Amino acid sequence: MKYSIFSVARNARSHHEHWPLAWRSPAPKPRYDAIVVGGGGHGLATAYYLAREHGLANVAVLEKGWLGGGNTGRNTTIVRSNYHLDPNAHFYEFSLKLWETLAQELNFNVMYSARGVLNLLHSPADIDAAIRRGNAMRLNGIDAKLMTRDEIAHWIPCLDCSPDARFPIQGGLLQPRGGTVRHDAVAWGYARAADARGVDIIQQCAVTGIRIENGAVTGVDTTQGFIATKKLGLAVAGHSGHVAAMAGLKLPIESHVLQAMVSEPVKPVLDTVVTSGAVHFYISQSDRGELVMGGDLDFCNSYSQRGNLPVIEHFVAACLALFPSFGRLKMMRTWGGVCDMTMDGSPIIGKLPVKGLYMSGGWCYGGFKATPASGWLLAHTIVRDEPHALNAAFTLERFAEGRTIDEKGAGPHAWAH
Amino acid sequence: MLLIPCPWCGPRNQIEFTYGGDATVRRPAPEAPEAEWVRYVYVRDNPMGPHVEWWSHSAGCRQWFRLNRDTRTHDILASAEPGAPPPRAAP
Repeated sequence: MKYSIFSVARNARSHHEHWPLAWRSPAPKPRYDAIVVGGGGHGLATAYYLAREHGLANVAVLEKGWLGGGNTGRNTTIVRSNYHLDPNAHFYEFSLKLWETLAQELNFNVMYSARGVLNLLHSPADIDAAIRRGNAMRLNGIDAKLMTRDEIAHWIPCLDCSPDARFPIQGGLLQPRGGTVRHDAVAWGYARAADARGVDIIQQCAVTGIRIENGAVTGVDTTQGFIATKKLGLAVAGHSGHVAAMAGLKLPIESHVLQAMVSEPVKPVLDTVVTSGAVHFYISQSDRGELVMGGDLDFCNSYSQRGNLPVIEHFVAACLALFPSFGRLKMMRTWGGVCDMTMDGSPIIGKLPVKGLYMSGGWCYGGFKATPASGWLLAHTIVRDEPHALNAAFTLERFAEGRTIDEKGAGPHAWAH
Repeated sequence: MLLIPCPWCGPRNQIEFTYGGDATVRRPAPEAPEAEWVRYVYVRDNPMGPHVEWWSHSAGCRQWFRLNRDTRTHDILASAEPGAPPPRAAP
């Protein structure tokens, strides 16, 4: 059923008790043309684009828990493409363009809100780096605007722009088209649209082994039995290393936990996304009124979806240094998500050294904003058995070839990016 | 909050420590093949379970040591000074 104001009105007459289920829950077939492991935004998007762009209908998504129960439901919903290096800039801008029309594409309101993403600048060196990055963005066709301290103070009254601030603000780099998207709606929207095109979404189905014969994938062992396929895509960021190990592969990835938290809901007070690289902090206000904030990794390997208090204390301190008035708010919830941290801070989207095995992972902190492009490009790579120009640089081999894409210049330390 | 057992200072709050990563990687010989260097610089076991890792007591005695910590639960199993046998969980 197409969602529209008319379907809402029609269903109002029956007290909204007869809406059809948004997707089926089929039993797995013995064989699929392609299988995607991971029922988060990335896996569901991959399945959707396999069907939508390439006409593959005999596709399954295998999810060990429930849809969007991993990092799709744990991120802070920010989308942006304010990157310096060409491969990142082109990739994330492609993603942002898909976000802009995604609600119409999926007939599902993903609530893309172009409220802007503002990077605060606290020193002359910060300003120089922002001018360089802003110019690189504009050369790549991405919107970027350098803002003065006074413009920021006028725009965001609750931000402490005074010279007495702990880290005085000297300016900002704004990407106006950046913003937020409702994260759960992304998983649900892609799931519904993929299901409508014949994709089987199979929840509570954990992959326990990857079968390989003569160097080629032949299928997967799961908690619901063996399923045959010759094309297997992994979209399991956080656990990429764990799943790739089933195919005998070791990746340049460590798993780390990243925390976030929300305050109690309040009336509208912040109508953009504010970040500060100097104090390692970012914040926005959700449509429900909660202030959503986060900061650093916990800085030690972890598969636990919870972190420790010192990191929370650090980003609360950073919050109060920037927004003193938020000290009156109560913290409502904190949580953690497991991130694939790669050795150069950029993702791996492409072929793995087993025939028929592909991955999209290594998302570090930034997987959510990449969701549509990641799915689109993984689908393309699976069908063509070769990468698209937009993901050609994000290979697994780039580490051995000396072609790392190190946006921050932090070197081969997974937790430093 | 982790309570980390420094081999010299005893159990201390995690805010006194700095993480140093996987302590099982071994620097290859200078003439080792390139593939071995790639593994050393970039590739990690990334285990789901006990992980032997470097920590520095940077706001304490400033010594490096190895810690065996479970990456699923953050349980600390054992610690050992450099040069000692790798830290193993008590049987």
